[in-house]
Amino acid sequence: MQRIRLIYTRGEELLYVGNLDMHKIWERTFRRADLKLAYSQGFHPQPRIHQACPLPLGFTSSNEILDFWLDFDESTAQIQQKIHETIQPGINILQILNIPLNAPPLQTLVCAARYSVVFTEVINPIDLQNKITAFLSKKTCMRERRGKPYDLLSLVQSIEVSETPQLTLEMTLVTLPGATGRPEEVLDELSIPITSVCIDRRQLLFTAEL
Amino acid sequence: MTIEKTAISMALKKILPTVQKPGRYFGGELNQVRKDWDTVATRMALIFPDIYDIGVPNLGIMILYELINSRSDALCERAYLPWLDMESAMHENHIPLYSLESKTPLSEFDIIGFTLPYETLYTNVLNALDLARIPLRSQNRSASDPIIIAGGHAAYNPEPMAPFIDAFVIGEGEEVIHEIIDTIRNAKDQELSREETLYTLQMIGGVYVPSLYSPVYNPDQTINSIHPIKDGLPKQITKRICARLPNPPTKFIVPSIDVVHNRIAMEIMRGCTRGCRFCHAGMVNRPVRERTVENIISSLERSLKNTGYEEIALLSLSSSDYTHIQELTERIVEQFSERKLTISLPSLRIESFSIDLMEKLKGTRQGGFTLAPEAATDRMRNIINKPIQAEQLLSTAREIYSRGWQSIKLYYMIGQPGETIEDVQAIADLSKRVIVEGRKIIGKRANLHVGVSTFVPKPHTPFQWARLDPLPTVLEKQNLLKDQLRGPGMKMTWSNPRETILEAVLSRGDRRLADVIESAWKNGAKFDAWQDQFNFNAWMDAFDAHGISIDFYTSRIRNIDEIFPWDHINPGVSRKFLQSEYEKSLKGELTGDCRGNCHACGILPEFNSLRRQNPGDLWLCPEVH
Repeated sequence: MQRIRLIYTRGEELLYVGNLDMHKIWERTFRRADLKLAYSQGFHPQPRIHQACPLPLGFTSSNEILDFWLDFDESTAQIQQKIHETIQPGINILQILNIPLNAPPLQTLVCAARYSVVFTEVINPIDLQNKITAFLSKKTCMRERRGKPYDLLSLVQSIEVSETPQLTLEMTLVTLPGATGRPEEVLDELSIPITSVCIDRRQLLFTAEL
Repeated sequence: MTIEKTAISMALKKILPTVQKPGRYFGGELNQVRKDWDTVATRMALIFPDIYDIGVPNLGIMILYELINSRSDALCERAYLPWLDMESAMHENHIPLYSLESKTPLSEFDIIGFTLPYETLYTNVLNALDLARIPLRSQNRSASDPIIIAGGHAAYNPEPMAPFIDAFVIGEGEEVIHEIIDTIRNAKDQELSREETLYTLQMIGGVYVPSLYSPVYNPDQTINSIHPIKDGLPKQITKRICARLPNPPTKFIVPSIDVVHNRIAMEIMRGCTRGCRFCHAGMVNRPVRERTVENIISSLERSLKNTGYEEIALLSLSSSDYTHIQELTERIVEQFSERKLTISLPSLRIESFSIDLMEKLKGTRQGGFTLAPEAATDRMRNIINKPIQAEQLLSTAREIYSRGWQSIKLYYMIGQPGETIEDVQAIADLSKRVIVEGRKIIGKRANLHVGVSTFVPKPHTPFQWARLDPLPTVLEKQNLLKDQLRGPGMKMTWSNPRETILEAVLSRGDRRLADVIESAWKNGAKFDAWQDQFNFNAWMDAFDAHGISIDFYTSRIRNIDEIFPWDHINPGVSRKFLQSEYEKSLKGELTGDCRGNCHACGILPEFNSLRRQNPGDLWLCPEVH
């Protein structure tokens, strides 16, 4: 048994692909690449693929991570070659790593995510900065998600504006089970329509060194 | 005004976050083909006229997509219909219907090809043309508009859609598609007018340009003739067939989102030797041709490598009849069983051998076992020419339940010619006996699903003369079954009788129905095949507006020598054979399986030289000398 970690990017081709469908895409990629995935036990055995953190619909990503398990060991160079030959359009593999079988599950290590929000329409950077300052200076920002009240501000670690090469918002939001900050909710508070931006998840942040 | 490709991409970014399942509208799937527009002479778009989820798995589109894109001088892209939310968003943002690959407006293609597997897609074709900003009617199109072609099973009666389609393709598309592309390419090079281009298309065997043919009606509204309007045009259009089944597609487009079938579709044979008298596919797809086991296995191997799919469907009209079915299933098990694939084998005969096959293919017994007895009395079985003894059904059902399946699905068809209420009662009785058998074996876990469809008389079948069972009778029969087929473990589904009426009208319609189709679409009819979208009133208003009687097409008794709107379309099976089959059905006489004993359906005289050039077991027909 071997545990492999894939670090990759997700491009525009996969903008509107949800998490379950993405899981299927990986299953099929591994099948095409002739990598024999290990299966879970039980009545409905499933191939063992664990994604670190679901990417919301409509986002690209520069830093996706998943682990998968193989029944028989292969070299990472060989695995990289096999996947590369049959890669899904929109995916670009950055790194392939061997991981100890007993390493903690990826999902339990994610604590925050950094997003960059690029404006596709012209807006005034000073107005934008003012809105952000006003938002961050609030004590709380109560919202409701599925009937449950929560404080959005407590999920925001940082928001910054950068103007080069183009006007961009960089935000880091808490990403913990039951406490996940969503960029579209921050945008909503800033009265920025989601249709006027492109969002990329730049980085997943972890509680421990991977 | 044409909207640029980049403008469409930009606009999509804005509207896609606001619609359901935006992945339908974006392309970018594994195995999609993108070619540089400027390097090819001919650009074609294929449309399945329903939403992406339904259209992507269509095998016909996949076959043609791969064939056209294998040419260095042509490219092929795809489009599907947007769902209602996306359609309004496209209207609001002035986005025309575009191809998924390059986001090019469809109006910029040279050829647009629609597949018409069933009639309830007709209004969607008009909707697609409208969304693409292409004039609905052939006569209103100009030199800059694409040539609109259509094929598929419904095209065997092209007349209801005649004014909207520039050229129909009758029969199999694998060879004729290349002739069409060559012809369009030459026409463009020679700067032929649209009229001249259509005329050259009509010169291709199997192509029907309806504007070159004109119907004449009798005083009683039946057809007097449909004749060419110029000399030198064929009086009849004979369908195209491929003497040898070409290699199947193996580079299926793998959608990135979930669609109705996520699988490799492998056609193991074409046609059927059974001769069920209601069956359109069984008549128009003759002669029966089989693929070799070797070809199927190597194509499956290649398809799996190309797609990574976890499911394979082996398709044919009657899988048990494939000559090498035993060998095929053994080879599949041998070669693929380690890979955790699901393999489905639909259309199995009602016999224990079918269970052996299913057992071999499936490690698990998830899902149900489907059987299609169609009728429940010997009298009806003789009429429709599908003889299955009740005892054979019961013993097969017993075996299915005892060998580990908990659920059986039975398909019946009501409303076939000559059916009485007693024949329908027999459906209920027989189904109840099946569930009783199940309960004896596995108790309360036994499930039975009875699917009851309503017979629609189809052109080019022995029942093309038959009347549609009138609505009150259909309702009475359905009510009888609904009353009796319930209780624990039992479930019954049936067809909406009003949808059946529409399908029946369009199936045997003539060119006068085109106005009705257009009006119905203007009244809001679209997605007629969707139960929740079907708008019977929009259709009724359209029939009224044009003073067209539905009964003329449905319940009217047709004379045996009536000229039908589809008689100038020749499926190879002769009208004489169809008539003798109809007459035998009235006498309750069976016609046996045609393998081993040719019943002279007309295919061999029609395709005599093709058969001579392709002897042996390529066809299941006798040799010709």
